[in-house]
Amino acid sequence: MYGFAKPAEGSWTEHYPELGTQPISYEDSISPEFYELEREAIFKRTWLNVGRVEQLPRKGSYFTKELEVAKTSIVIVRDMDGQVRAFHNICRHRGNKLVWTDFPREETSGTCRQFVCKYHGWKYEVDGACAFVQQESEFFDLDKADYGLVPVHCDVWAGFIFVNLDREPRQSLAEFLGPMITAIDGYPFDRITERFCYRAVVGSNWKLYMDAFQEFYHAPVLHLRQQPAVVSVPSMEAGYEGLHYQIYGPHRLVTSIAGRGWEMPADYLKPIDQLTRSGLSGPWDAPELGELPAGINPSGAEPWGLDSFQFWPNFTILIWERGWYLTYHYWPTSYNTHVFEGNLYFVPAATPRERLAHEVAAVTFKEYGLQDGNTLEATQIMLESRVLDRFPLNDQEILCRHLHQVAAEWVDDYLREQTRELSEV
Amino acid sequence: MPDALLPPAFADLERYAPKWCLASEHERYAARLASSMDEMQEFYDACFPRAEEAIAYCDQFPLHDMPDDATRLLQLLYSLVMVSFPVEVWRQPYVPDSGAAYLDLVLEPVP
Repeated sequence: MYGFAKPAEGSWTEHYPELGTQPISYEDSISPEFYELEREAIFKRTWLNVGRVEQLPRKGSYFTKELEVAKTSIVIVRDMDGQVRAFHNICRHRGNKLVWTDFPREETSGTCRQFVCKYHGWKYEVDGACAFVQQESEFFDLDKADYGLVPVHCDVWAGFIFVNLDREPRQSLAEFLGPMITAIDGYPFDRITERFCYRAVVGSNWKLYMDAFQEFYHAPVLHLRQQPAVVSVPSMEAGYEGLHYQIYGPHRLVTSIAGRGWEMPADYLKPIDQLTRSGLSGPWDAPELGELPAGINPSGAEPWGLDSFQFWPNFTILIWERGWYLTYHYWPTSYNTHVFEGNLYFVPAATPRERLAHEVAAVTFKEYGLQDGNTLEATQIMLESRVLDRFPLNDQEILCRHLHQVAAEWVDDYLREQTRELSEV
Repeated sequence: MPDALLPPAFADLERYAPKWCLASEHERYAARLASSMDEMQEFYDACFPRAEEAIAYCDQFPLHDMPDDATRLLQLLYSLVMVSFPVEVWRQPYVPDSGAAYLDLVLEPVP
């Protein structure tokens, strides 16, 4: 027991009474029907992060994003005025996928002046306007001005590119993010651009992996052997306690302690961490980032190790005290599969020594991630047995409780809207 | 040694270079899974005591302007990091209970 302070109500969970404290159902993670509703109610109606502005370094730079959950592909591009735009990745002529390389289902990126359809050579400006129709005079009353690419709502916050597939988004991006998240505006994401990108297909519902990374109750147990026994055994006996939990709208935050190798005696550390002055928490020698915005470690907790911001619905930014950050994306592909993408971002290494410290953090991340990923499949398999339908969550699992509640609310809202529309017909 | 892969000061590590000087994490991870513990332990035992010196050698150069032999020495250090988990932590090449799971590094900084 660390005995970190909890809210006056006695627990983090009771501080948010709408969450309740009762055991929860995981039917939302094993039901194909619920997944079909999530596609419409959530993924086609909310802001989704699809990448960062550094992926579009020049005018004409583009990348495609396969959004299987919304049954579409989009292309995100920096136009000739420097503006970031998004379009459905479909040619207006006969519906061919417009931008792809070699494999139609795989994502691609590059730089171009115009998009050219591989099928009949129709061309589009990077602002979406139709520029050229092959044998235009063969068509009947066709005005190119009517055949621009189909736009997708697109906005940028702190260098993160978001899209919204709704016909008319219910909220602006800033309203959607809300004050808890926009309070980290000003964090120097634009300086922390050296990127490692991991990807895996995971055999579980997308929310189960979100759950795995939004509680650290599992960490001293599942990852027991990742540290010398002198650290890991007492740490399992002590268990895990978060420093601070916060919920705002559909988003959530956990602030946590993290390993501080630079303050530990040598026998507490793996030899490779001592050699390279790095590890799971990142390089011990942190870059100078200046004063951080108020939204980072908002409760002023000490000793601060990390903030994990869980963006509704499927995006995480995890900011480490040592001046680097992670992002996670969970892209559903069916009710019991998803594509996990984990990115590590560092201030670009100037020296081989700095680069080696980044390598240690990246390799360590994978060792942990492999343990997490396989456990999820084991969970999915047994949840699908439906032997049990109620599962107790403790106070350190408050964010899991919230995620499933928000998913249910969005699906309920959608169903109510559908019923209303039907009754109006 | 005109065909040496590593800088002359690291001739004692040359015998590990053909197998472990690998440019990508994908290759290094594959080499780890395809190696016996004895093989990785030997590489680790030989390389670890020279590692601080090797880092200092590489650090004479800016990261993005390294001679080829120094770049390969850095790649050898990346492989030392890769085998450190089997050697220091797991006592086996792969992560226990990771069975069907995989996590591919699809993008990484170069070098």
